[in-house]
Amino acid sequence: MVDITYHNGAVTAKLIGEIDHHIAPSIRGEIDAFCESYRPARLILDFGKVGFMDSSGIGLIMGRYRMISLIGGRLEVVNIPAGMKKIFILSGLENLGVLK
Amino acid sequence: MKNTDIINSMKLSFPSKSANESFARAAVAAFLLPLDPTVAEISDVKTAVSEAVTNAIVHAYPESYGVVYIEAQLTASGRAVIRIRDKGVGIPDIKQAMEPLYTTSTDERAGLGFAVMQSFCDSVKVRSAVGKGTTVTLEKSIIRASYGKK
Repeated sequence: MVDITYHNGAVTAKLIGEIDHHIAPSIRGEIDAFCESYRPARLILDFGKVGFMDSSGIGLIMGRYRMISLIGGRLEVVNIPAGMKKIFILSGLENLGVLK
Repeated sequence: MKNTDIINSMKLSFPSKSANESFARAAVAAFLLPLDPTVAEISDVKTAVSEAVTNAIVHAYPESYGVVYIEAQLTASGRAVIRIRDKGVGIPDIKQAMEPLYTTSTDERAGLGFAVMQSFCDSVKVRSAVGKGTTVTLEKSIIRASYGKK
């Protein structure tokens, strides 16, 4: 599930619950549709309410990084739960400079 | 592993529908609970199982639904052995398939499935035959195990 808002040039997508291969496409669709409408300068993915995530979540972030870069915006990933740090480190996403 | 070491076991099978990914990892997690795992250990196993089951759903049965089988065993020494098996297309080159970032999927997959399994489990073994199927065996020690003494 995802809760998306626009404020002051930024789209914030609050991800809620579990992110896996089953659920990722619908989250992706909602975020991309929102960004195509608003063409924001910043896309903020908030992981604070995510209880579980596998590598589908990493794919979701990498895909949104590409999408927002194409429309000239930048991505920020915030509130990563402590228990999920391991998969973020493994993914190499730190090197993109998007994790806050 | 000697058969006499096994203190509990279970088998599951379900159609390769993506909706079953959450069911599969939750079921395996529930099976491990008597070993008194930490939150981190449960999270590691759930993540690794989710990757293996997703691989079966996405890659083993690309065109149609098949059956995904899970067998899990707990040993007296607190070791969990989890096998995720399919009768799908098989993997022609296991070494290549296990390389980080390698993916055959056109969907938004990160290509990290095996890297996650290897990082989150003590051991990952893959056996596969083209046209016959694939078995992924995950092993993880649950450190605080006391179940075997009961």
